[in-house]
Amino acid sequence: MGETTTMAKGITSGLRAAMERDPKVILLGEDIGKLGGVFRVTEGLQKDFGEDRVIDTPLAEAGILGTAIGLALRGYRPVVEIQFDGFVYPAFDHIVSQVAKLRARSLGYVGMPVVIRIPFGGGIGAVEHHSESNEAYFAHTAGLKVVAVSNPHDAHWMIQQAIESPDPVIFYEPKRRYWDKGEVGAAPDGPLGSARVVREGSDVTVLCYGPMVRTCLQAAQAAEDEDHSLEILDLRSLSPLDTSVIFASVRKTGRCVVVHEASTFLGLGAELAAQIQQECFYELEAPVLRVGGYNVPYPPSRIEEDFLPDLDRVLDAVDRLLTH
Amino acid sequence: MSDHDQAPQGRALGNVFGAHERPLSGDRPAAEGGPEMLQVITPEGERIPNPELDPLLEHLTDADLRGFYRDLVLIRRFDAEATALQRQGELGLWASLLGQEAAQVGAGRAMRAQDFAFPTYREHGVAWCRGVDPVNLLGMFRGVNHGGWDPNEKNFHLYTIIIGAQTLHATGYAMGVQRDGAVGTGDPDRDTAVMAFLGDGATSQGDVSEALVFSGVNNSPVVFFCQNNQWAISEPNEKQTRAPLWHRARGFGFPGIRVDGNDVLAVYAVTRRALDAARDGQGPTFIEAFTYRMGAHTTSDDPTKYRVSAEVEVWKLRDPIERFKRWLEHAGHADRAFFDAVADESDALGADVRARCLAMPDPDGSEMFTHVYAEEHPVMVAELAEFTAYQRSFEGVH
Ligand SMILES: Cc1ncc(C[n+]2csc(CCOP(=O)(O)OP(=O)(O)O)c2C)c(N)n1
Ligand SMILES: [Mg+2]
Repeated sequence: MGETTTMAKGITSGLRAAMERDPKVILLGEDIGKLGGVFRVTEGLQKDFGEDRVIDTPLAEAGILGTAIGLALRGYRPVVEIQFDGFVYPAFDHIVSQVAKLRARSLGYVGMPVVIRIPFGGGIGAVEHHSESNEAYFAHTAGLKVVAVSNPHDAHWMIQQAIESPDPVIFYEPKRRYWDKGEVGAAPDGPLGSARVVREGSDVTVLCYGPMVRTCLQAAQAAEDEDHSLEILDLRSLSPLDTSVIFASVRKTGRCVVVHEASTFLGLGAELAAQIQQECFYELEAPVLRVGGYNVPYPPSRIEEDFLPDLDRVLDAVDRLLTH
Repeated sequence: MSDHDQAPQGRALGNVFGAHERPLSGDRPAAEGGPEMLQVITPEGERIPNPELDPLLEHLTDADLRGFYRDLVLIRRFDAEATALQRQGELGLWASLLGQEAAQVGAGRAMRAQDFAFPTYREHGVAWCRGVDPVNLLGMFRGVNHGGWDPNEKNFHLYTIIIGAQTLHATGYAMGVQRDGAVGTGDPDRDTAVMAFLGDGATSQGDVSEALVFSGVNNSPVVFFCQNNQWAISEPNEKQTRAPLWHRARGFGFPGIRVDGNDVLAVYAVTRRALDAARDGQGPTFIEAFTYRMGAHTTSDDPTKYRVSAEVEVWKLRDPIERFKRWLEHAGHADRAFFDAVADESDALGADVRARCLAMPDPDGSEMFTHVYAEEHPVMVAELAEFTAYQRSFEGVH
C-alpha cells in the first residue's frame, strides 16, 4: 500500500527522489525557491538542496531555457518550471530550435536531457494566459517527448522517468488536478511513453490525458446507468503515442472518441483520428470523434465551462458514436 | 564628461537632472533609494527645494495639488474595494496597487491627452488619470472579458499580463508617432509621447531589452516607467539585477533616472520632463520609480512565505498619501473641509464601483466566437452553430 497524497505533492516527492539520486539534477524557474512555486510543487526543495540546485531565476523564460541548454551541455539535468502554460512562448524558440534539435545536429554527440514542467489547462477561474493547453505545438516538434500526468501516482513516477530520459521532455501538469488525491504505488506503471487503460469497457474507447482523465472516468460511471461500457485510456504520452495500446482498444470496441481541453483543430485528436482510421479502418463502426475546446482564444473564466469539455459533452459524443 | 557620455542628441546619459553629479541626499542608504534618488517631499512630509525639479512644479495651482491628493485617495479606495470584491468571490483575482499610488498618479498626470499609455496589469492609477472608467478594469479580473475597453478612447492600452511584452508595443507605437510627424513640431497639442509601464521583474525579460534597443536606435518618443516595487512575486530585486535599474538606460544610449516613487510631486516632475523631451524629439528616457508593493503580488499570493513584515512596516512610514497630505496641510494648500470631502467622495466611489461590479453581466458562451476574426470565418460559423445546437439540446431537460 502506497501513500495517499495530492498530485502536486506526488511531483514534489518525485523531484526530491530524483535530486537525491543524481546530484546533477537541478531545478530552475520563477518563484520556485522560497515560495516553492505558485503551486507549491517545489516547496521545501530549496531549503533541503540549496540555492545552487533550486534556482530562483530572473523573470525571463527565454533565459531560463537558454541557460538550461548550457547547463545540460555541461552535464547537468535541468528541470525547468514554467509558471503557467501561457508563459512558455518566450522560451519557444529555445525549445523548438535548440532543445529539440541539438541531438540531431550533433549527430548524437550531445543530448538534451531537459525536463520542462508546464502547469496546463483551465477550469480554475484564472485570467488569460493561465489556462492554455498548448501541447500540440510541442508534440508537433520532432525531437521532443511530450507527456501529461493525471494522478499522483503517475506524477510521482513519471517526473522521475522524465528526468532520466536522455531526451527532452515537456511535462504537462493539469493544474486543476493538483489537489486531487490518490495513492502513490511502489513502482511506475510501465515506461515513459506508455499509455494505460484506466477503466476497461467494451462499447467505446475514450482516449484522454491530463485533466480530462477524471472527467472521462466520471462519464464512464454515468454511462453505466444507460448500459454503455466505456473503455478509458489515459494516453500519458502525447509524443510518442503508445499506438499498440490505442489500436488494440479501438479494435476491440470499434468506436473511439478523443477528449482534450485543447482546441480540436490540429490538436492531438486530429492525429489520433488520422492514425486510427488508417490502422483500424475495418474494425471501426463509426468515425472517430473529437471532443475538445472550440477553436477560439481561451475565453474569460465566467464562460470557460462552455469551452471546456465536460461529462455531458463526452456522453453526447458517446451517444453519437453508438447511434451512428 | 567625455564625448562617450553624450547621447547622439546631446542629452546627458546620467541622471538627466544632474543628481548623478550632485547627490541630493548624499547619506541616503541604498535600501531607501540611495543618494541619486530624486525626492521633493520627504516621508515626513517636508518639502525639499530642488533646483532641477522645482521649475517643473511651479505652475501647479492649489487646485492641481489637491487634485493629486484626490487621485491618490480615490484610487486607493478603488483598489481596496476591488480587493474586498475578490475576497467576496466577485472577482477571480486582483492585483493591488497599494503603495504605488504616487508613482502612478505622478506619471498619469504628467501625460497629455494625445499621449498613449501601455500598462501592465497593475496600472489602475494610471488608468484613473487617463479617465478610464475603473469598472472597466474589473472585467478581466471578474472573468467577464479579457480587457474589453477601446484602447483608443483614452489612449490607454489593454492590460498586458505577458511580462514585458507591452514595452515593445509602446516602442512600435512611438515609431508610428515618429512617422506621423507628431514629434518635435513644437505644437504642444500635436507632439506625442508614449509611456511604457513595467515592473522591476520585467526588466529581466528579453523583450524589455529589445524595447530599449529599438527605442534607442530609433530615437523614439517613449518613456519607460519602471515601478520598482522591490518584488517580482517572491523574488527580490537582487534576483533580477546586479546594478540599480536606472543605470541600465545608459548602456542603451539614453538617460535613466531614479525617483522616489512614493513622492507624487517628484514623479510628476521627472515624468513631465521626460515626456517633454520625448515629444520634443530627444528620444527615450528610463525612469525607475522606487516604491514598494505593500500588499501581496495578487490576491492569490501569500507574501508571508518570502518576506518579513518588518520590511513592510518600514515602508509604511514612507506612505505616499500620508506624506503628501501632511505637506498639503502644513503648506496651507488644503484644509480639513477638503480632506473630509475627498473621504466622502471615496466612500461614494467604493459604493459605486461595488454596485456596478455586481451588475456586470456574465457574457453568453456564444460570445467566445464573436471577435476572433474581423470577417466571417467558416470555423467560427460552424462552431457557433454546433455550440448553439448543443446548448439547445438541454432545453427542457432537467
Ligand atoms: C512571460 C511571463 N512570465 C511569467 C509571468 C508570471 N508573472 C506574473 S507577474 C510576475 C512578476 C512580475 O514582477 P514585476 O515585473 O516586478 O511586476 P509587479 O508584479 O511587481 O508589478 C510574474 C513572474 C507572466 N505574467 N508572464
Ligand atoms: Mg515588482
